Amino acid sequence: MKKFKFPMRYVPISATILVFFIVYLIGIISFENFGSPKVFIDLFVDNAYLGIAAIGTALVILTGGIDLSVGSIIAFTSILIAKMIATGSNALVAIALALVIGILFGMLQGWLIHCFSLPPFLVTLAGMFFIRGCGFIVSEESIGIKNDPVFNFIQNDLTIRLGKGMNIRFIVIVYIIVLIAAIFFSQRTRSGRSIYAIGDNELAATLMGIPVGRTKIMTYTIAGFCSALAGVVYAVYLKAGNPLNCVGLEMDAIAAVVIGGTLLTGGVGYVFGSLFGVLVLGLIQTLIVFDGRINSWWTRIIVGLLVLAFIFMQNLITKISKAKSKSQ
Amino acid sequence: MDLLQTKGIEKQFLGVKALKGVDFAVKAGEIHALMGENGAGKSTLIKIITGVYPASAGSVYFNGKECKFRSPLDAEHAGISTVYQEVNLLPDLSVAENICIGREPRTKLGFIDKKERKVQARKALARLDIDINVGENLSSYSIAIQQLVAIARALDVDCKLLILDEPTSSLDENEVKELFKVMKKLREEGMAIIFITHFLDQVYEVSDRITILRDGQLVGSYEAKDLPRIEMVAKMIGKTPDEINQMQAGIVKNTKFGDTVYEAKNIGRVGTISPVDISIREGEQLGLAGLLGSGRSEIAQIIFGVDPHDSGTMTMCGKSVNFNSPQKAVKAKVALIAEDRKVTGIIPDLTIRENIMLALQASKGIWKTMTLKQQEEMAEKYIKLLRIKTPSGEQLIKHLSGGNQQKVLIARWLATNPKLLILDEPTRGIDVGAKAEIEALTQQLCGEGMAVIFISSELEEVVRDCDRVIVLRDRKKVGEVAGADISLKNVMKLIAG
Amino acid sequence: MNKSSNKFRHLVWPLVSLALLLLFNAIFTDNFFKIEVKKQDSAQAVQTPSVPTESPQPGTSWITPENYETVSDSTETAAQTVKDSAGQQAVPEKKDGKGVSIFGYYLYGTPIDILNQGSKVMVLAIGMTLVIATGGIDISVGAVMAIAGAIAALLISMLDAGNCIGAGMGPSVYWIIPVIAALVLATLAGFWNGMLVAGFGIQPMVATLVLMVAGRGVAQLITDGQIITFDNPGLVFLCNGHALFLPFSVWIVIAMYVIACLLTRKTAFGLFIESVGNNERASRYAGIEARRIKWLTYVICGFCAGVAGLLAASNIKCADSNNAGLYLELDAILATVIGGTSMAGGRFFLSGSLVGAILIQTLTTTMYMKNVSPAIVAVPKAMVVIIVCLLQSPVFRAKVLSIFASKAAKGGVQ
Repeated sequence: MKKFKFPMRYVPISATILVFFIVYLIGIISFENFGSPKVFIDLFVDNAYLGIAAIGTALVILTGGIDLSVGSIIAFTSILIAKMIATGSNALVAIALALVIGILFGMLQGWLIHCFSLPPFLVTLAGMFFIRGCGFIVSEESIGIKNDPVFNFIQNDLTIRLGKGMNIRFIVIVYIIVLIAAIFFSQRTRSGRSIYAIGDNELAATLMGIPVGRTKIMTYTIAGFCSALAGVVYAVYLKAGNPLNCVGLEMDAIAAVVIGGTLLTGGVGYVFGSLFGVLVLGLIQTLIVFDGRINSWWTRIIVGLLVLAFIFMQNLITKISKAKSKSQ
Repeated sequence: MDLLQTKGIEKQFLGVKALKGVDFAVKAGEIHALMGENGAGKSTLIKIITGVYPASAGSVYFNGKECKFRSPLDAEHAGISTVYQEVNLLPDLSVAENICIGREPRTKLGFIDKKERKVQARKALARLDIDINVGENLSSYSIAIQQLVAIARALDVDCKLLILDEPTSSLDENEVKELFKVMKKLREEGMAIIFITHFLDQVYEVSDRITILRDGQLVGSYEAKDLPRIEMVAKMIGKTPDEINQMQAGIVKNTKFGDTVYEAKNIGRVGTISPVDISIREGEQLGLAGLLGSGRSEIAQIIFGVDPHDSGTMTMCGKSVNFNSPQKAVKAKVALIAEDRKVTGIIPDLTIRENIMLALQASKGIWKTMTLKQQEEMAEKYIKLLRIKTPSGEQLIKHLSGGNQQKVLIARWLATNPKLLILDEPTRGIDVGAKAEIEALTQQLCGEGMAVIFISSELEEVVRDCDRVIVLRDRKKVGEVAGADISLKNVMKLIAG
Repeated sequence: MNKSSNKFRHLVWPLVSLALLLLFNAIFTDNFFKIEVKKQDSAQAVQTPSVPTESPQPGTSWITPENYETVSDSTETAAQTVKDSAGQQAVPEKKDGKGVSIFGYYLYGTPIDILNQGSKVMVLAIGMTLVIATGGIDISVGAVMAIAGAIAALLISMLDAGNCIGAGMGPSVYWIIPVIAALVLATLAGFWNGMLVAGFGIQPMVATLVLMVAGRGVAQLITDGQIITFDNPGLVFLCNGHALFLPFSVWIVIAMYVIACLLTRKTAFGLFIESVGNNERASRYAGIEARRIKWLTYVICGFCAGVAGLLAASNIKCADSNNAGLYLELDAILATVIGGTSMAGGRFFLSGSLVGAILIQTLTTTMYMKNVSPAIVAVPKAMVVIIVCLLQSPVFRAKVLSIFASKAAKGGVQ
């Protein structure tokens, strides 16, 4: 009889999903309304922008790199759109421009990183400073988006109504579409698999004929796009743009990716995991809001501990599989 | 008809000629062993054939056409695949992905067809008579299986010439048998295989022809059945059997030694070296002889505490010790000048002076430092003593030639005044003059009471300088000669078996 | 011989850049180099801007351009220029009377201000240099600064209220207790980081990420979410006082630098750090305890973060857990890299890191004096990062050289 061996590769993401359910359970047990569908939907609505950003971050981390410019791109995008609308531009043009800038900016970072062998940490750090500053050049103060027909349409009409007051808002639809696209991309396309190969063993990937440079630049470009899209979603969510927003968001994205089961060294993990990483972050925040007694800063501490726990777990799994292959 | 042919291949690196006109040919449907000691030029030749870098002169012909490969990928497209010693694959991806990556079968929509990919992978493995779960991560399989996956990948890209670079280094007996089964099957199907190895037994078990390189030149290509082992060993070290017979049995050897400095009983490490006894006395120069890969360096690393040992005990000056880290060994006055100085020896961006005083300082700790003057004097002393070619002790060590770097490392360890000094290939890559200096130096140190373990592939050196020689083959101790019994002929007989 | 020129080579580019920047200021900025000698007027009290008690969200701040000069936590790139949630304007303070001074006289002017404000990054850079030299990195120092400031502010307010051991010692003495507590806590944080990196072998970026994420939460836990203000003269003196004409913070930097130099150059510690960073495996073969060396560097970096945290809190006379040290880890890394220490590890240059920190601060202050919003300062900062990285990249240098070589060849052929 063949014994069913639970594949090692699914352990981290299973742990993430388990944590998600456990935290949810704790919430349901502790608070009356926690189990209501509204709470679940709000989770998605409040964290859609982080989720989209985390998708781009996950892909970059899978190649073994890192992207620190995420939060700043979101802030820049949101204020750019708000300013353009406030000065009379068509909202769709503004959104399109923002996305194009995100793509080009990501491509620039990827090009610098690959062609000059610069450390991704430093390049995206510079990118973060640069684009954050550009946001302030656009406007030093927040700008609201009021009375714009396109935005009103998006917010009010582009919603799937499920009755009983439950609505799937547009930004959630966008997130889910991007997530599904990213999952397909990473699992079912040659470029997606190349990302994993590069993160796992870049030298081997080169010897095996994988176009490392092209793939790396493409990954950072996608990350730039995701950050810009997240900025669009954020502007819709807040109905405003603010150059100060999302300070430190890149760290939240990275935490979500790590908690989602992706190794920071690359090559291991699932984009799907980032969904649960973001949801876990959102759940913890929701729990704390529900319980008026616990203060908001516990979020940071708990997230930090979760990141630590997952890092240790990944370390352990790596050691176990190394020992297994040696003993065979 | 020759599948692969090289004519007059030369390769020059910054004034050093690694290959001097090599004519080498491999036929389809044969297993061809490529042998040679360090510096023979094996890896350089293979790198030229597989496109890692171009030849300085000469040409490579594959399938009758002249080829100028610009990268290993080029060579792979032409039909030459290499399986490396460290199996350069993707450990955290599945077996199927490793075999198919970059060429995955796609559905009509353009997405990867996962089922087809598994089928493709299984087909490739079936050609090797292997059936494993291709959905599992590569890392969950043993090195032996991983190598076979690498070979399967090579088959999947339509490989005609397969190069196996030291494939058996990490395999046990059964796994080696499996690998040979696979190699023979491929040979029947018409594949040409270049087999690089140091294991003499294995060469004869599976090869049709043997090519020997020495000092960048071709010694010859022979049918395996026509080449007796002792002749092969002789050709590898550069002596004819007649010359060996005619050589006088040794210089007068010293037989008066002091107390036992170091003794190891039954020291071994699974997969690395079979349990062996070693002991050495004050003033004695003990040689470890054998071909490359026979386990000499591995013993040195176990003695020095770099690698742990699975069995056996050791004593140092009578006291029981357990060196499980270099720090412990250094504190007990053991010193090792290891083989690969780039990786384990030099600190490239530090000066010569700093490199020299490093081990001594490490044994003293952080607080007890030497004044700059003392360090400079120490550096001066050794620069003079070992004739290190440098304008000053403040030069960065990375700017020195290999031989001079080696001298700095020797200086580093001499400065610690060790009781036991282990030298692993100390004269490799050093000019003739410097070699003689180092030989004389070790003799002098022994005369002063130091115990020296001398590891070298230059059997002549070992025979000439050592008071006792332990002979190793294929990671086992196969014999020991001492005093008047030490001769090139005797040692080689033991190596060849 | 070669020795002396090699010793200072790493300082050339940073000093040249600094000189250019100062030249620019000399020409285009009024009163940049105007340094006055002021006398401490004992009758003038130290005024504190009014501060809301709730710590606002990170990124928003009650610091406005008007009160910036009095409060001047100037390296906060994203935290400036927004009125706080209640719309309160901070009380603008006159330029005189910045704290107590010894001897009653002190120097006053923009260059002095640069040194004073840059003191935090300079102290951070000292610890960061050692960590980077071993091939590691510590991105948690900003969060550790927040923790240090938080514990100091908490303890001093408890002592002020008489609720804590040592309150009997009197306000002019018991400020020692919060300082020691802050330093101890920060050093423990460094020990924690060292344990993860050297003890468990976790990648440095990953390991210090944990404290970076959780640290500010811990700081807020300590202060219970409030911004705790204090006016204890001892604590305030750290960043606002003067001694021998210079701000006391500068003396702290000098002391830290001297101690660091003694520790690394008068013992074998510095040599071992460089060896481990350059070739860890060979260092082990030479008998160096690489793990211990790496662990120690993280401990020292934590300690430095503690000192910087005290300076930051002292500067604004309160502990703001969300904004204290925000992004300062990045400035410290940048200062280290500008100063000549490679991110790959190996040779390190403490003097270079100090110059790098001064360069960054001068850039920031120059921008402020040109009325450029503090956040926009980030743009030239980013370009400096990229330029430094490119200059350090061998690939870039090779490509540039080959361009010049082909041009020269073209010229030669004619």
